Amino acid sequence: MRARVLVRPKAGILDPQGQAVERALPALGFTGVSNVHVGRLIELDVEDPAQLPQMCEALLANPLIEDYEIVADGPS
Amino acid sequence: MKFGVVRFPGSCDDVDALRAAELVGEAELLWHADRDLHGVDAVIVPGGFSYGDYLRAGAIARFAPVMESVAEFAREGGLVLGICNGFQVLCEARLLPGALLPNVSLRFVFRQVELAVARAEGPFTGACEPGERLSIPVKHTTGRFYAPDDQLDALDASGQVLLRYAPGHNPNGSLRDIAGICNEQGNVLGLMPHPEHAVDPLTGSIDGLKIFASMRVHLDDRVLAF
Repeated sequence: MRARVLVRPKAGILDPQGQAVERALPALGFTGVSNVHVGRLIELDVEDPAQLPQMCEALLANPLIEDYEIVADGPS
Repeated sequence: MKFGVVRFPGSCDDVDALRAAELVGEAELLWHADRDLHGVDAVIVPGGFSYGDYLRAGAIARFAPVMESVAEFAREGGLVLGICNGFQVLCEARLLPGALLPNVSLRFVFRQVELAVARAEGPFTGACEPGERLSIPVKHTTGRFYAPDDQLDALDASGQVLLRYAPGHNPNGSLRDIAGICNEQGNVLGLMPHPEHAVDPLTGSIDGLKIFASMRVHLDDRVLAF
């Protein structure tokens, strides 16, 4: 199966990357943007999608500081 | 007594750590792919960019064969010192609580900082005076110590915060100015500043020696106690 794992900084943890992007957009004339956060996208083919949560807990994300979301994209 | 200094692909402070350890005892390098700790009395996980810092700093190094042995060594009470990237590795390996996040400035910081010794006892700071200031350099991009509030309270209550950045010296936005913490048992220390770079008057400060000397004294006392 083709899958995507979206990894985000946990809510409430200071995210200076998100803040930097949020500050940069108005400088380019884009207004009305708020709540910007920068995370990570991991794409992978997996034979056993049931293992994905364990993969996330063990390596792909650090559950103390990051939330993750698994998105199934159908057959690889 | 003998120190073992781990060398991962991408370690860069291993040689300085080795040299610092040699000022207070014997020392040898431990290769990341080798499970054998060669009978060392203490392990140093040095700074650098193990496995290229891919994914998250320390995330891949945690799975190196040598780390299984280091984790077991730590569980049995062996002294483990993680410096900078080594601190990140120990947090990822859950040998220490918390995590290291990108500096608030999003910039690499490289400067001498003043550390306040929060607890001058135990294996890593026993040679320090209470409240003593240590002048030690930091050099990192991912050094902002983070733990949830309840965990920070627990760290404070149990005296696991051994080193804090002195007022005005926090280089990265670490919560509660935390520069170095130990585990509950007190035998594993992680810190972002580099004591191994502050052992020779040539580089301006020898305050880092206190950490290595504390370890030496602690291990010697343990031997005498038998």
